[in-house]
Amino acid sequence: MATLELTIDEGVAAQPAKRGRRLGLLFWMAIGWMIFMFAVAILAPVLPLPSPTDMDMLERRAPFSMEHWLGTDGLGRDELSRLVHGARISLVVGLCAPIIGLIIGGALGMLAGYFRGRFESIVVGSMDVLLAFPPLILALAVTAFLGQSILNLTFILGVLGVPAFMRVARAATLTLARREFVIAAQALGATHARILLRELLPNVILPLFAFFLLAVAVTIVVEGALSFLGLGVPPPISSWGTMIGEGRESLDVAPRLAFLPAAAMFLTVLSFNLVGDSLRALTDPRQGAL
Amino acid sequence: MAFFVARRLLYLVPVLIAVSLLTFLIASLLPGDLAYTILGDQATPENVAALRRDMGLDQPIWWRYLSWLGNVLQGDLGRSFRTGQTVLQAVAERLPVSIELMLLAELSALAIGVPLAIVCAARSGGPFDRFMTGTAFGMLSVPTFLSAILLIYLFAVELRWLPATGYVPFAEDPAANLRFMVLPALTLALAEWPGIMRVLRSDMIATLQEDYIALAKAKGLKGSRILFVHALKPSSLTLVTITGINIGRLIGGTVIVETIFALPGIGRLLIGAIYTRDLIILQGVVLLVGAGFVIVNFIVDLLYAVLDPRIRHGHA
Repeated sequence: MATLELTIDEGVAAQPAKRGRRLGLLFWMAIGWMIFMFAVAILAPVLPLPSPTDMDMLERRAPFSMEHWLGTDGLGRDELSRLVHGARISLVVGLCAPIIGLIIGGALGMLAGYFRGRFESIVVGSMDVLLAFPPLILALAVTAFLGQSILNLTFILGVLGVPAFMRVARAATLTLARREFVIAAQALGATHARILLRELLPNVILPLFAFFLLAVAVTIVVEGALSFLGLGVPPPISSWGTMIGEGRESLDVAPRLAFLPAAAMFLTVLSFNLVGDSLRALTDPRQGAL
Repeated sequence: MAFFVARRLLYLVPVLIAVSLLTFLIASLLPGDLAYTILGDQATPENVAALRRDMGLDQPIWWRYLSWLGNVLQGDLGRSFRTGQTVLQAVAERLPVSIELMLLAELSALAIGVPLAIVCAARSGGPFDRFMTGTAFGMLSVPTFLSAILLIYLFAVELRWLPATGYVPFAEDPAANLRFMVLPALTLALAEWPGIMRVLRSDMIATLQEDYIALAKAKGLKGSRILFVHALKPSSLTLVTITGINIGRLIGGTVIVETIFALPGIGRLLIGAIYTRDLIILQGVVLLVGAGFVIVNFIVDLLYAVLDPRIRHGHA
């Protein structure tokens, strides 16, 4: 009997630890890549790199060299420098747009989940209308009419994210609002604002943050797709999507021009997905992911 | 059931009205006057004023919306001021291409995702399961346009097995049509199968622990029969759900894939209209795609109700 219990204990104890370590390595590699990308993007102006827009027609599609570490593109621009500056665009749009969604969607979702009633029906109903369009179609239509600029792009992708954030915040608030600590605060006569900000917000923010990371991944992909089609960031600026789109033209002579930015985008999106998914699994034990 | 359909239909009407309103507002409130765009270089103040009067642009916005909606309900979505083709003609010409592409893509995704999910669920936690689960997670981070480029590079540039761009109508030459469709459909399928596989896998792991599976095993039924018949059947609802959720992304993916592979479908019509600033076509396509998407979701909702009586009766 005693030995049986012992082995069960060992098995139970060993299982999560082993799992944690296996997940842990990938998780920290993803964090490492994210920190590296952010550092490079922020430091881009002071790094000893050639200009990303200077063309050198004699050095078109040059291979790797000491002068151009990753060679040059079809117009003789330094590929490494373009990659680094492209990271700035992808990350700025990829972070700012979900922040819009997080703030507006999070606030609407919390208010809807807390006050319920007619307000909730209006919020949920109007979000359903926004969800009635395939997101990429709506983004394309609005950029076409508004005109291409980083600001417009960020704004549209941000608005498109609002319904999803609203759903996450509302679902979390709905379950939390019935918990004892909220009822206790209400019984003590706390104002609605105090309950929302001091009691509910600290608990809703974690699942919202996990979802935020996943939204960053999605936004980077959608921005990439729009720029790839030439409908994202306007011409002199180039994001990774623009570079992949240009690289497509010379797939037969210099495939690296498409594959280098593609690899950068894949690793970044994968990192955000990995970290977001791990955090979601932590905050929501029912949906053990991965 | 009739009551359920009626309730969903009642909900459909306001959503469709809202979709039309949003499409109209995007096209009319945003900067840039349609009359200037149409006239281009020949825009003199007199010309612009005359055209605005012809097109009713000088009317108040609510009146313009109502008359536009009235025309739309009569099947008149306007015509392109560049090609003279009506929106409905243009869409009807290209719709079969997009639908064929989406069907082939979804079928290939199911053909990849369902068997993998079954095999993984049968040996969950094993090396193959862990490898495939990891691969599926990685594939979720590969955007459609990346896999498109990878496939073109592999099969069109390096191996030269398949054409990278081009299209032949199915009625003209079915074999050639399918050859042109392989890479685009595969590109979309690569984005779709991980979702199908992940959800179906966890669904089936739960099903395999049910008592009736144990009973089937005890009766001595063959393992493959238990997996494919007894365990897969209750997951059919899950498959409908995933397909429904994926449609929005599939439509978006179709736009990108049609542009990359030069397929004359709805997506390329939309992108072309944006490049040439053909606003009437753009507005019409966005409206039709939005309305079509709403109606497809409505049908998926009805399918749930047919498959799962709990939803019909409002328990789930």
